[in-house]
Amino acid sequence: MVAQSTTFSAFSATLKRDLLIAFKRRNDLMNPLMFFFIVVTLFPIGITPEREGLREIAVGVLWVSALLASLLSMDNLYRSDYEDGSLEQLLLTPHPLYFMVLAKVISHWLVSGLPLVLLSPILGYVLALPAEAYWTMIVTLLMGTPVLSLLGSIGVALTVSLGSRGLILAMIILPMSVPVLIAGTLAVDQALAGGAVAGHLAIMGAMLAAALSLAPLASAAALRISVS
Amino acid sequence: MPATPSTSDSPAANSTPLLAARNLICERDDRVLFAGLDLELRSGEVVQLKGSNGSGKTTLLRILCGLNDSFSGEIQWQGRPIKGHSDAYLSNLLYIGHHVGVNKVLTPVENLRWSCALHEIATDVDILQALDRIGLRGYEESRCMTLSAGQKQRVSLARLLISPARLWILDEPFTTLDVNGVKLLETLLADHVENSGAALVTTHHNLSVAHHLRVLNLDTHVPDETILQPEGGW
Repeated sequence: MVAQSTTFSAFSATLKRDLLIAFKRRNDLMNPLMFFFIVVTLFPIGITPEREGLREIAVGVLWVSALLASLLSMDNLYRSDYEDGSLEQLLLTPHPLYFMVLAKVISHWLVSGLPLVLLSPILGYVLALPAEAYWTMIVTLLMGTPVLSLLGSIGVALTVSLGSRGLILAMIILPMSVPVLIAGTLAVDQALAGGAVAGHLAIMGAMLAAALSLAPLASAAALRISVS
Repeated sequence: MPATPSTSDSPAANSTPLLAARNLICERDDRVLFAGLDLELRSGEVVQLKGSNGSGKTTLLRILCGLNDSFSGEIQWQGRPIKGHSDAYLSNLLYIGHHVGVNKVLTPVENLRWSCALHEIATDVDILQALDRIGLRGYEESRCMTLSAGQKQRVSLARLLISPARLWILDEPFTTLDVNGVKLLETLLADHVENSGAALVTTHHNLSVAHHLRVLNLDTHVPDETILQPEGGW
């Protein structure tokens, strides 16, 4: 007799599957990354190549571009699963949907959020970001981009069944993302000013913890609504 | 109105039904799809759900799976309501819908690894054997986008061979299958009910699993007055 799978094996199968799909469609993954790169490199050209002017805006530009790039990639999260019926199969698993959604979001972050973080030091250099702010920027992006993916998954889950989504997704996700943007930029500004960043990082950590524990639940509920 | 049983010699007629639905009412866009629908599915039975296009066959199946909750009435699995006991129900349920749940960039093996892992532990050997039996030998490593609709259907049907689920809910599983595929699926259905499983199938095809078959016609569950209601409203 075939035994029932454990929640962990269902979780890891979902994670592996999504990573495999992402790997097989790696051309799609380049889009948000290229967007991030292009937007950031246009600023020195469009505003000023002067180091003094750039360092004023560097943090904001990096964070806003990261936010928009992650928004651009969000739609992949449930779209094809919705269209081919895999989402129904996902909802019919006897395991808690929380972990299945979490697996999908983790995989999404690994292929679309993490590359942004890895690319950010180069773009920080392009924007003449002072050396003392690099670590804070990387750490805040490392904590902030998962929050963006988690919040995005709620928005995508809500809108996946709509035929023409257009800007609705952005209008749902962006307001929720603003606190992350504020905390992230404040932390890096603080580092630039030579102050202590621990408080801001703690706030971001709290956001990450809250998003990790609540967003998959909200996404799961939204998916049930979208599929029914 | 009761279902119309074509034969009634099902082996476990007196035990608790595996799946029971009572007084299901479903309304969509101000139109009553069905009302007062009772359904019992016992182990060893295949129920064929019939009805004209748009009569709510797919909606009923999705309601029974718990994918759609815009209905009133009660659904029980082995005598317990599925709300609140969904784990026990879902681990015994295998649903294959219109969209077969096959990702087009993955191979059949990769697709099955995932869809099986959501329910049961299946080794690659199990999966390859199932694909072989279902008629996809040689296609194990092709991307599913290169397969025909019938072959994709077969990928999802391979789960029938692996899954230990007692209840199969299949939505139009025959539509894209060729003659051999139809025969194979009928054999699988017959084997399944022999092993005290149960199946609920929508199809326009005349199922030949003979003595276990019951037919439920959804067209008989539309109350007449509700069809007239729009005119009455004017």
